[in-house]
Order: sequence, then C-alpha cells, then structure tokens
Amino acid sequence: MSESSAPLLETRALTCMRGRARLFAGLDLTVGEGELVHVAGANGSGKTSLLRILCGLSEPESGEVRWRGQPARSVRDDWRGGMLYLGHRNGVKDDFTPLENLHASAAIAGERIADTVLLEALADIGLAARLDVPARSLSQGQRRRVALARLLADTRSALWILDEPFTALDVRAVAVLAAAMAAHLRRGGALIYTTHQPVDIDAERRQTFNLDEYAC
Amino acid sequence: MLSLFVSVVRRDLLLAWRRRSDVLTALGFFLLVTSLFPLGVGPEPEQLSHIAAGVMWVAALLATLLSVSRLFESDEADGTLEQMLLSVEPLPVIVLGKVCAYWLLTGLPLVVIAPLIGLQFNLSADETLIVCATLLVGTPSLSLLGAVGASLTLGLRGGGALIALLVLPLYVPVLIFGAGALDAWRAGLGIQSHLALLSAVLLVALAVCPLASATALRIAQD
Repeated sequence: MSESSAPLLETRALTCMRGRARLFAGLDLTVGEGELVHVAGANGSGKTSLLRILCGLSEPESGEVRWRGQPARSVRDDWRGGMLYLGHRNGVKDDFTPLENLHASAAIAGERIADTVLLEALADIGLAARLDVPARSLSQGQRRRVALARLLADTRSALWILDEPFTALDVRAVAVLAAAMAAHLRRGGALIYTTHQPVDIDAERRQTFNLDEYAC
Repeated sequence: MLSLFVSVVRRDLLLAWRRRSDVLTALGFFLLVTSLFPLGVGPEPEQLSHIAAGVMWVAALLATLLSVSRLFESDEADGTLEQMLLSVEPLPVIVLGKVCAYWLLTGLPLVVIAPLIGLQFNLSADETLIVCATLLVGTPSLSLLGAVGASLTLGLRGGGALIALLVLPLYVPVLIFGAGALDAWRAGLGIQSHLALLSAVLLVALAVCPLASATALRIAQD
C-alpha cells in the first residue's frame, strides 16, 4: 500500500456546467480517511452536481477527480468498488419488499451480503415490522430507510457519498443514521454529504465545504 | 459475471410477475393485430396464407417497438439506473440481462402463440414451423436493437416517436429475412439462407447492442 499517504478522494480545479450556466469553477477538495465533509450551499449552487461528479455519474467541464492519488478514470473499478452513492432517488422498487430491494441492489452493485446482515440492517433502521410489505405501501420516509439500510449493511466501501440522506426521516431514524455514519468514520471511512438539516455526527476530522464561495 | 446476469434476469422477471398487466400489452397487441387481419382482408384461405408471415412479422415488430421504450424507464425513474452505472460489475452484462428478461416476457410469448395465429391464416404445419423458427431467431434481435433505441431516447419527451425513427431502419433487414423465409420455402429455395442471415444479425446484435446501449445510458445520465 504505497498509496496509503494519498488522500482518498481529491479534486483539482473542478468546473461544472449545467446547461449554459457555470455552477462552480476552480474547485479543489481533499477528502482523507475518517473525514466528514459537509457540502453546503444555497439551492441551485451545484451540490448534487458536485456529488454526481465525485462518484463518476457526470463528467466535469474541466478539472480532475483523483482516487487514492491516481486519476479516477484510470482506476475506475477500484473507485467504483470503494464508494457508495445514494442520490435523491432511492433506487427502491415499489413492487419489492424491503428485503428483496436490498437483495436486488446488492446484486446490482456486485456484492454478496448475507440475509442475516440485511435483516439486521432493516431492523436497526426500524423496518422490522414492515418486512413483508411491498415498498409501494410504505411511506416516503420508510422508503428512504430501505435505501439507507444499505449503508448499515455495508462494510466494503471506503467512501459514502450521500445526497440529502436525512430528507423525510423521523428523529429516531436520523439518530440511527448519524450513529451509522459515526461508526463508518471510526472504521476509517470517509463521508461526503449534503443536508439542510443540522444533524450532529460524531467525527474527529470534519470540514464544511461551502459551494457558494466557488459560485460564478 | 454469470451470477450477475442471472440475478438481473431473475429480478426483472420477478418485477414483471408483480405487475402482470404491463407485460401483457405486447402479447395483446400481437394477438389483436394478427386476429384483425383475417377479418379485414376477407376469408379466402389462399390469400390469407399468402400474407401470413408478413402480417405476423410486422405485428411482432410493432409489438416490440411499442413496449421496448419502457425497458429502462422505471429503473431511471426510481434511481436504480444510477446504481447500475456505479456498479463495479460491467454495465453491458446488466443491460444484456435486462434485454434477456425483456425478450422472455415479450418475444418468446409471440413465438409460443404463433402456431395458434397460424391456424387463423390457414398455414400448414410445416409453414407454421418455419414462421415460428424465424420468429425465434429474429425477435431477440428486435429486442436487442430496441434496447439501443430505448437507451438513446431515455428521458426524452416524445421518445416513443424518436425510437421508431432510430430503430426502424435497423429492423427492416430482420423483417425482410424473417418474413421472406416462408416465401423462399414455397418457391422451393429452402430457408437455410434466411435463417443463417437472421442468426448473423442476432450474433452481431448480441455483440454490439449491449455495449452501445450501456454507452448510451452513461451519456443519458450525465
């Protein structure tokens, strides 16, 4: 592991365009192991666009994303395997039960997770009583929990990239999620997230990254 | 990789089973069109058996065109597609799995029901077998080519019309060889050449379409 000194994820002079508007320019961000990064900024400042660039769903207009010290494009499999992204959309199928949903998303991600682990994650996030209900009859918050249960079952990813993870969650679920995030950070994982809710997450190293400062 | 393919196929089949009405549209369309033709054209047995292969092939083609635009729609809407793009697993394999499930749901039923339709068109047993064989080799190509169109038009308004424009030129050779096989057999030429050409199209489509579709999906999500 000669790259252990390199930061997990790093961006250099990142510029993002959405349509004809330039959202931000010259963005340098460094995320090390065990670090909590809160991406802040007004609506429309490009938080979601930034997160999508960081996980490789979108291409930046210019600039570079580096994964463990190397251009992320050249170590794509390593990059994708080391990262877990959850966007606004839950990736939850209305016709599947919570457990089937977790099975399907683990299979798509190329992971094999034991049933017991998945069931435990669902129980932890407060869905134990709704295991055999198709997701269509769940509430918005409960559906969000199904998606977030993946985080609780995850041990593979070094970096979590979460877009508004706390939306639609009740107080108890927020607490469970914050605890899971803190545990992930203690394991040496890193976390990049956006939120408009003040949530206290226990972390030794943290930074707040305000996109408004990079606006054009 | 194989286990990924299998789990994607299984997932899509299970999803389809949970909402059966959606799946039956293609089959229903095929049945409707092919049943209306004898009523509209008139009951002369000779004329019917003459147009049978063409009608069944056009109906199969339109049935595919009608349903294939929805191939990636629900995955896109609920965010599953994002997760597919971010997977360490190769996206073309996931796409191939989805297309395979799609064909099992919309292509294979047409092949199975074709003998029944053949009766309406006064086809002999041999002739029915030929139509079934061409449909069996041809409809997978329709599904694969359609998948490329579906991923290119994903998220576009009026995608349904655009997909027809994009995909129809590619469907035409499949249609010609598929529907022409029966005529060739009647003329005593044998159907080997037609089947060989259909198989060639299928092999090329198998090799190219999942890759093209995966690339288009990445661009669509950018």
